[in-house]
Amino acid sequence: MSFEVWQVAWFTTWVAAAGTLLILPPGIALGWLLARKHWRGKILVETIVTLPLVMPPVATGLVLLKLLGRRGLLGRWIESLFGVEIVFTWRAVVIATAVMSFPLLVRTARLALEGVNPRFEQVARTLGAGPWRVFWTITLPLAARGLVAGAVLAFARALGEFGATIMVAGFIPGRTATLALSIYHLVQLSRDDEAWGLLAISITLAFGALWLSETLLRKKTP
Amino acid sequence: MNLEISRLQLPLSDFPLEVDARLGARITGVFGASGAGKTSLLEVIAGLRQPARGRIVLDDAVLSDAAAGAFLAPERRHIGYVPQDDALFPHLNVRENLRYSHLADRDGHRPEITYEHVVAVLDIDHLAERRVGSLSGGERQRVTFGRAVLASPRLLLLDEPLAGLDAELKERVIPYLLTIREEFGIPMLYVSHNPSEIVALCDEVLLLDHGRCVRRGPCAELFVASAAPHYVLRPD
Repeated sequence: MSFEVWQVAWFTTWVAAAGTLLILPPGIALGWLLARKHWRGKILVETIVTLPLVMPPVATGLVLLKLLGRRGLLGRWIESLFGVEIVFTWRAVVIATAVMSFPLLVRTARLALEGVNPRFEQVARTLGAGPWRVFWTITLPLAARGLVAGAVLAFARALGEFGATIMVAGFIPGRTATLALSIYHLVQLSRDDEAWGLLAISITLAFGALWLSETLLRKKTP
Repeated sequence: MNLEISRLQLPLSDFPLEVDARLGARITGVFGASGAGKTSLLEVIAGLRQPARGRIVLDDAVLSDAAAGAFLAPERRHIGYVPQDDALFPHLNVRENLRYSHLADRDGHRPEITYEHVVAVLDIDHLAERRVGSLSGGERQRVTFGRAVLASPRLLLLDEPLAGLDAELKERVIPYLLTIREEFGIPMLYVSHNPSEIVALCDEVLLLDHGRCVRRGPCAELFVASAAPHYVLRPD
């Protein structure tokens, strides 16, 4: 396979990984809030977070484009503050994959954290541990497998992101071209043989990630 | 130990828990049928639930005072809690479970309560490197007691700790609780719906019914011997 093909595969893998890392802290925090706390507006937040999972990805992409564009609410602010453009750059790819994977991560994190018996946390408090210490030493280790599985699932989702990415990052070879975008582009140009090569890489990456996620989820908590 | 529970009120699903009592015995039993509010009472004292009304004072420390908006977090109460389902941390081995409170950097550890002393008294020193999942029922209970004792509590709350053990095992575990009382001088609140356990362990007993303290006194006043070694509640 050509250098370009491997470049696309590498770019896709690292933007998916960066997107997943970006959403890991807020995803776990929100999963914990949903699993452990009762608060006003919980259902509303849960619904908003889940929206990208059910909305057409291009619609989510359009929202991102309007928000992150040079004249957009966030884009204008980011450009004036940091002097960087978001749309039609690799940053837009990372953000698009992050936004599309976020609901999956939050849902898996919530389930993993709900699976931790609150009694362990209560007993740890009576043994002198404050809420942070309880979270780091009891909650997180006991939910670790589910959380890692959720992160891998989010990564797998990010690998295949298409709709939102094409809207907010476009298809710019060498800059924003992911596996999914490149496959679509090659098929448009009737270069099916090259598309098959990319497809094989996509399947291998996605299969590996999902296999790992399933294996982790099936293992029992110690 | 002087535990003062004044006009405590906590709404439960079917009835409110309403307790007004001053407890000072070395081991006080809390006796009542399932669902009488025994566990809720312990959870309120441990700081795991916040009462709607009332005030709880342990010796000179105000644990909670609803009227004044005071509520001491569980980690600052120095009250040990052994729940019914022992709750040993499954990802830690026995030694790590026992030392958990020592890692909490909490003030107030009593120097005489050392790891070596506690594991020797409870006969669990040989279990240190075992995973908690591999322990027998009796071993689990002793490790749970040890973990709570090592936090140097001013009061130890025990919520039916022997409920999951068979009669023979109970007979073997009860002396360990008496040893904890003698060796470390830690006062206890012992919840059970088993009169024989209460009589074997407690100096006085508080009878809860539908969230209210309906009777209170020495075990001999509240229980009468039935076919030995069993006891039943003495009629009013």
